[in-house]
Amino acid sequence: MLVTPLALTGGAVAIGGRPVLRGIDLSVETGEFVALMGANGSGKTTLIRALTGLRPLTAGSLELYGTPFERFHDWQRIGYVPQRTGATSGVPASVWEVVASGRLTHRRLLRPLSRVDRTAIRDALEVVGLADGARDGISHLSGGQQQRVLIARALAGEPELLFLDEPTAGVDLPNQLALSAALGELKSRGATIVLVAHELGPLADLVARAVVMRDGRIAYDGAPLADHQVHDPRFGETHAHHHCADDRGRSRHDHVPHVASPLEGR
Amino acid sequence: MFDLFSYEFMQRALLAALFTGMAAPAVGTYIVQRRLALLGDGIGHVAVTGVALGILTGIAPTWTAVVVAVLGAILIEVIRERGHTNGDVALALLFYGGLAGGVLLTGLAGQSAANLQEYLFGSITTISVGDVYITMALAAVVILVGVGLAPQLFAVSQDQDFARVAGLQVRTYNLLVAVLAAVSVTIAMRTVGLLLVSALMVVPVATAQQLTRSFRATLLTAMALGALASVGGLSLSALAPAGTRVAPGSTIVLLALLGFVITWPLGAWLRHRQLLRTPFPALPPDAATPTESHEVGEHPHDHGPECGHVAVPHGDHVDYVHGGHRHAPHGEHYDEH
Repeated sequence: MLVTPLALTGGAVAIGGRPVLRGIDLSVETGEFVALMGANGSGKTTLIRALTGLRPLTAGSLELYGTPFERFHDWQRIGYVPQRTGATSGVPASVWEVVASGRLTHRRLLRPLSRVDRTAIRDALEVVGLADGARDGISHLSGGQQQRVLIARALAGEPELLFLDEPTAGVDLPNQLALSAALGELKSRGATIVLVAHELGPLADLVARAVVMRDGRIAYDGAPLADHQVHDPRFGETHAHHHCADDRGRSRHDHVPHVASPLEGR
Repeated sequence: MFDLFSYEFMQRALLAALFTGMAAPAVGTYIVQRRLALLGDGIGHVAVTGVALGILTGIAPTWTAVVVAVLGAILIEVIRERGHTNGDVALALLFYGGLAGGVLLTGLAGQSAANLQEYLFGSITTISVGDVYITMALAAVVILVGVGLAPQLFAVSQDQDFARVAGLQVRTYNLLVAVLAAVSVTIAMRTVGLLLVSALMVVPVATAQQLTRSFRATLLTAMALGALASVGGLSLSALAPAGTRVAPGSTIVLLALLGFVITWPLGAWLRHRQLLRTPFPALPPDAATPTESHEVGEHPHDHGPECGHVAVPHGDHVDYVHGGHRHAPHGEHYDEH
């Protein structure tokens, strides 16, 4: 019998004493492709950070693969793609090096990379379509390509459960297509995927379940909705298209052409 | 003049300089990666208090400096992590506290600030046999940890959130970097002095990254450059004409900076060239806006690998950059892309 990869019951998160998430019950089964959606400030990024343990829960319990989070050490089953801001640093790094750091969950201290590690790194680069540019410096890449590198880094660890925080934000259409191809490949290998998205775009075909956040609670959990429905006032989003001082929000609208979601045509 | 190098004190000094020059950039690379280039300077200022404590209590200042610098480095890390204060503010707080504390304690010891001088600006030629061994041992530890744990330290310095979800003990590695920085500050104290310590940690890294594109190459090049600057600077100061007094610390740092000044235009040129030759994005075939192609009229020569115009890959063909235009060969003529 398969163990439920992710189960959060009665989850709550407070940031600096302010309750942000309340009463979150979410469980994800093996092989599911779940999109966490909602307006800016609805708590979707906080939720994914809580699910990965980056934000401590103030109430409730989180279990990963049947193990309470505090006792969970099987990190090689988990992959995480943070928001793109962390792609570059003060020192040059090549694409290969960043992707290779995704193998750390499998490596022991002070051991060189094994042949298995190298194969996994090459495979991850091929899945995101960047195998030719492995030696390039990451700071020379465009935002969309950097996002693909971060996904390759997570793929190199061969995770069974992958979390992605806004992988499509500020990414142009060709790169979004490459992203969704990579995620489709991963899905076909049987991985469980949980991602945060403001708009699904080309990912809509892959998403089997949408969880819509509103004001720190889950407002909807079920079959995916078209983008315009998510932002419908029915979900209480009185300020659905109000973007607070958030450059990502604005640039997303600059970059993403207003392509009709494939779901709208159905 | 070269007889100088046959003196034992000079050989000891060169050995200490070589090890320090390799150790400081080894940890400096991670510090620059975290955009905390001035961390070494902050720890250096804190170490002044440690030295003064040694002068006051009669314990060897090297050891009191190591202890106080490590404590200071841990404090900076904690302020950075807990206080939600910017790294630079945490550094500034310790800068002033460390320096003021050092001057106060030296005064209490009944000594003038002149006694601090040899620690502030280095005194490598007076280094004792015991100090050389301590320096070499500590430097070797810094180098082994910095190179041996490179995959983990790289991941933590590159992206803390990712490293945490990968199951790495992020706080432990952060503290490790801080402690390594403190140790290299105190060993470099004898060569370049506490006020110039940070230069040996940061300048070789800045020089190396003008020419490198990978982290590994940056780390190793910086260590080689650091060793070169230390040994070269010390030799230069020893070869200075008789009658002049040239402090080794200053020549070491100035030599390291000279390396940066030489490589910077080279790096700028390489980056410029890289930008020129970056492939133009190939639009997907179903893109709504097709490339505007119109014929180019008179053309004095055929574009090719030998024509001297920058050749840039563009999808399945090559564009030649000619007078601000992108010329793509098409049959007998060139299209404007």
